[in-house]
Amino acid sequence: MFIIGELINGMYPNIDKAIKAKDKSVIQSCALQQVKAGADALDINCGPASRQPVADMQWLVQTVQEVTDKPLSLDSSKPQVIEAGLGVIKNKVIINSTTADPQKLQILVPLAKQHQAKLIGITISNKGIPQNKDQRLELAANIVAACLEQAFPTEDLYLDPIVMPVNVAQAQMRDIIESIREFKIISEPAPQTIVGLSNVSQGTSVRSLINRTFLTMALAFGLEAAILDPLDRELMDAAITAELILNKQIYCDSYLDAYRKR
Amino acid sequence: MEPVLEKWQQEVSVVTIGTLKIGGQKTLPYLFTEGPIPNKPVIAFEVWDIAPADWPEELQKNYQDVFSHTIAWAEKCVRQYKAGMLCLRLQGAHPDFGNKSAEEEAELVAELLKRMNLPLIILGCGDDEKDNLVIPACCEAAKDKRCLVGSAVQDNYKTIAAAVSADGHNIIAESPIDVNIAKQLNILISDLGLALEKIVINPTIGALGYGLEYAYSIMERARLAALSGDKPLASPFICFVGQEAWRAKEAKADAAAGIMWEVLTAAPLIQAGADILVMRHPKAIEKVNQYIDNLFRR
Repeated sequence: MFIIGELINGMYPNIDKAIKAKDKSVIQSCALQQVKAGADALDINCGPASRQPVADMQWLVQTVQEVTDKPLSLDSSKPQVIEAGLGVIKNKVIINSTTADPQKLQILVPLAKQHQAKLIGITISNKGIPQNKDQRLELAANIVAACLEQAFPTEDLYLDPIVMPVNVAQAQMRDIIESIREFKIISEPAPQTIVGLSNVSQGTSVRSLINRTFLTMALAFGLEAAILDPLDRELMDAAITAELILNKQIYCDSYLDAYRKR
Repeated sequence: MEPVLEKWQQEVSVVTIGTLKIGGQKTLPYLFTEGPIPNKPVIAFEVWDIAPADWPEELQKNYQDVFSHTIAWAEKCVRQYKAGMLCLRLQGAHPDFGNKSAEEEAELVAELLKRMNLPLIILGCGDDEKDNLVIPACCEAAKDKRCLVGSAVQDNYKTIAAAVSADGHNIIAESPIDVNIAKQLNILISDLGLALEKIVINPTIGALGYGLEYAYSIMERARLAALSGDKPLASPFICFVGQEAWRAKEAKADAAAGIMWEVLTAAPLIQAGADILVMRHPKAIEKVNQYIDNLFRR
């Protein structure tokens, strides 16, 4: 599984404070901790409260690149912030994210192509969040169609079915998980699938357990990537074990250590 | 039609024995159009420190004149049979077969390396207690010659791994036709500080008619996992072809059959991904070397 560490995000008070004070050490140690814990890439988000997101994004990218060459996921709903990040990127890059809105697809798909970036496409539109599997599939198909039109390789596209908090949208959970399998048959080569995991447990009292249970179920439906907290050891152990059950790793008594030795 | 090519995530580790490199493949065996195969499989001639009692007549006659002198045996392999690699089996250290001391064996290793400048495999006698004395002494005598030393097994790997690590050698990790144990042993050895790039897997094989297919399938499974990113399994393989082939009753039955049995055990294992083959009969080795050259003639 491809793991994107979620912890460099301005919505966390320690990161917000570090961004404001331009304290590189906090950001860099957060980056290295996540890599050590098994992150394959790092999400970079300057947070909803940032007053100068363009400058903050660039500073974060440069700061993180000083200590790791892992791919960076530039996370913003504003295309100009992503573009600012791309302006200073040296590592491999993931654009996080486009929606199914034509205006966004027109900007972000060419940008991804130009920078040989992976692209995360979330299945929402200006009409809001889909309410069932069919709506998710329709939006996913729109995103794939835009990629095909612009000759962006579909295997570099990560479709996100939008994970809702279980205490808000319990009735949708099954649809969300099943969407993952259906996304895979939209095109050939198939798009990849991803979830922003932590949202599923937002506002609940047993976050880690809900996160790891959802993740193992989603992996069984073919999920390839997740944005999550790699410092949650039990979550990581559950993900590694799910891959073992799915025969993606050969069993040995120390299979958890073996995965971490990669 | 465009060929369907797999994009593998990881290559087999490159292990350096003396100055010889093995491994490094980034595709399944001999799919040259799919990925690089930088190093040919190599054959090591087996040389013993005592006269082997149970070798059939057809094998014995090639080495009878040098059985009593290990260095002469090694020299014969190199001069007459053009060996590129030797595998020294210290069978004489076994309490039941001569019980030679660790010092004697270390002297032999030092002498051999002084006389011959080619990559060397050093094997213990198979008695754990004795090997834990003999192998460290031999490792020290061969310090920094980057030999390949074995065998570490799940119940006895610590002493050997420590000695191999201290003196800059590579290790053979042996598992009983079991991919789970092969992986586990590699992790245990690397936890002791020996890099994964210094491990060669002995998957244990059976000869033609004696479990060859089973060995093949284990090697194939391990190699598929390695190429898919399973780092602890991304080690080259060593296969003890001669030892297994010449145990077959068919091989002992008549001279020509024995040679062919050894050849026909080696060839499928090369197709399964074997990187080192330890063999016995010079004619069989000659034929398998031709087979390897043909594979690489493109």
